[in-house]
Amino acid sequence: MAVEVIMPQMGESIFEGTVTKWLKKPGDAIERDEPLFEISTDKVDAEIPSPAAGVLKEIRVEEGKTVPIQTVVALIEAPGAQPPAAKPAATRPSETTVRPAAAAKAQAPRPQPSQRPEQRPAPAPPPASERTASEAAPDEADEETVTSDGKRIRSSPLVRRLARENAIDLGTIRGTGAGGRISKKDVLAAIAGATDRRTVLPPAAPSGTPAAEAASAQHAALESALPRERIYFGRYEVQPMSVMRQRIAEHMVLSKRVSPHVYSIDEADMTRIAHVREAARAEFEQKHQMKLTFMPFFVRACVDALRDFPMVNASVEGTNVVLHGEINIGIAVALDWGLIVPVLKRAEEKNFLGLQRGINDLAERARAKKLKPEDVQESTFSITNPGTFGGLMGLPIINQPNVAILGIGAIQKRPVVIDDAIAIRSMVYLTLSYDHRVVDGATAHQFMRRAKERLETWGEGVI
Amino acid sequence: MIAMPPVTYLDAIRQALVEEMDRDPAVLLMGEDIGVYGGAFKATAGLLERFGWERVIDTPISETAIVGAAVGMSYLGLRPVAEMQFIDFIACTFNQITNFVAKSHYRWGAPVPIVIRGPAGGGVHGSAFHSANPEMYFVHTPGLKVVYPATAYDAKGLLKSAIRDNNPVLFFEHKFLYRRIKEELPEKDYTVPIGQAIVRRPGRDLSIVTYAAMVHASLEAAEQLAREGIEAEVVDLRTLLPLDRETIIESVRRTSKLLVVHEDTRTGGIAGEIAALVTESAFEDLDGPIRRVTSLDTPVPFSPPLEEHFLPNAARIAEAARDLARY
Repeated sequence: MAVEVIMPQMGESIFEGTVTKWLKKPGDAIERDEPLFEISTDKVDAEIPSPAAGVLKEIRVEEGKTVPIQTVVALIEAPGAQPPAAKPAATRPSETTVRPAAAAKAQAPRPQPSQRPEQRPAPAPPPASERTASEAAPDEADEETVTSDGKRIRSSPLVRRLARENAIDLGTIRGTGAGGRISKKDVLAAIAGATDRRTVLPPAAPSGTPAAEAASAQHAALESALPRERIYFGRYEVQPMSVMRQRIAEHMVLSKRVSPHVYSIDEADMTRIAHVREAARAEFEQKHQMKLTFMPFFVRACVDALRDFPMVNASVEGTNVVLHGEINIGIAVALDWGLIVPVLKRAEEKNFLGLQRGINDLAERARAKKLKPEDVQESTFSITNPGTFGGLMGLPIINQPNVAILGIGAIQKRPVVIDDAIAIRSMVYLTLSYDHRVVDGATAHQFMRRAKERLETWGEGVI
Repeated sequence: MIAMPPVTYLDAIRQALVEEMDRDPAVLLMGEDIGVYGGAFKATAGLLERFGWERVIDTPISETAIVGAAVGMSYLGLRPVAEMQFIDFIACTFNQITNFVAKSHYRWGAPVPIVIRGPAGGGVHGSAFHSANPEMYFVHTPGLKVVYPATAYDAKGLLKSAIRDNNPVLFFEHKFLYRRIKEELPEKDYTVPIGQAIVRRPGRDLSIVTYAAMVHASLEAAEQLAREGIEAEVVDLRTLLPLDRETIIESVRRTSKLLVVHEDTRTGGIAGEIAALVTESAFEDLDGPIRRVTSLDTPVPFSPPLEEHFLPNAARIAEAARDLARY
């Protein structure tokens, strides 16, 4: 009978999802829990596993389409009765929409315990001799059979026992068995790596088995540069990446792979702005009940420069350059548990107060995990601030799909030469990383000069 | 010491009969055409001349009568060895064996020290009435012992143990092996204990548990696999009832993967029993699904190409083993 595949709910405030990619074509055979399609609900991009084994009968929602949650997106013709987990369980409500843990749960739909006894149908008749033990494995994957991002780990009873006895996290082992399964050999290698530091290790091989290569092609971002044996040595602790960390990793690798980065460095004299800010600070903070920071000054400078150089406020799609009509500034916010880039929308329409309010609001909500999906979408340019942590300058990676990102170093008093005299000025290094496919050095430096001029000749009131 | 010539599986059986009849006057033989003719496969050739008609008895064509008479003789202190001309015909005396022989000691405290032996198995184009492997009917019957040797050494040693055993023993002889395999046997009296499997070939990658003619097919497959870098352990069960659970479990604990091979048909074959045993006792030692290579669920075909298709062989065993090793 046909099993309905639905768009799962990937977070409390998420009511729709976009099918980004079908991993199977109609007519393809699919195993239960095998990745079937990819969805995107803003911050969370996820592979959705098949709720049943069978043949993909029909795709109802094409790639690129956005549909409400619970919409039937495909039908799977399953032999025998409908398994209990035909519909992925909705995500347990959580305070936030981008919380990685919630996403991980949603990716591994499991039947609710209360549904099990009554709804469990008689087992389907095994198709002759081809049914294997792994297919007949119980539905309820316990925690140790699921990776931190919710993907099911294929292993065996023996592998799970060895992992348990040796305190090995199976999520950290790459399987070389059929279909990427973690085999006895793999787990023994991991155990050997964990206990024997005197082992003489083979020289680094450029690649592993075909299965390993396939796995790394799928997750290029999470590929290891060296074979596992050369990574696990001495004393160590294994920490599985959070979903957020994995997404950041994927994004960074993708960005470096797609965009040829060029870096330009300039410096700006912030003395004038430092005075403006110092003079206005008390009144501003008293009147508006929020902090006055340097960030809105930089945002304003960027907005003006972006207006003059629209090629920097763009995206690349194939051979098209998409010049954005709005200036939406992504602002990197460091969190204890990672990094997020909320977006200050339509910055070109905001006055100074609006900029500061928007920046503070986004940063606060980022730290409180209260960002909505739309808060992290549709940036057209980004700013990161290594100076927050004392960095003199940084060379950031472009936040896709932007073509440039500005790095702001620490504002420091430095001796500088002005009109053949040495003066003490508040200086800042500005770095621009840009995508050389569409932005050339000439454009970048003019952009930087424009921003620098704006900062050095600040004339706008701030209160 | 003079080296003895190699002995065939069939001659080993005859030697066991002769030696046991020499050793114990209570041992006697009965069956269809076993005396004057010397048996359909000549297993008892020359024994009538040697032991006389009172100890080598040609019977009417009635398996029920043969087994019934054997039970009566055993109650009177004799140790008869009854031959089924082809093991297929054991079905005719199914009631005697399962209801009477198997339960006698349980019901009345009356042991039945008889052996029922006969040629079993296919591969010789014997068709559907002369190729059967009916061992599992009897493995499913508490009170019996079921033995099915794969080598000349075991055939002799196990038949001697069967004759000396105070329980009824069904002794299956694989007719394909009768004259195809031979080996030198010890001159001295020896027995092979019933209920003990043996590792024919050690290996680390998977266990192939099998018996009878399939031991040889499995060893051939293991040779091929070794050339490919897969080390298969081959376990010869030798006795199906009582089953040597320890040897099976120990082997699976070593290799973590199990392939059961038998010439018997698939459904209800001992592979299913062994698979259940291993999942019950060694689930957490398994690194892959338990696989079976068996003959098909049909009568044994007469047509040679069809029989070839029906029976497992080394190539099919190797294929399943490769699949399992890769798993």
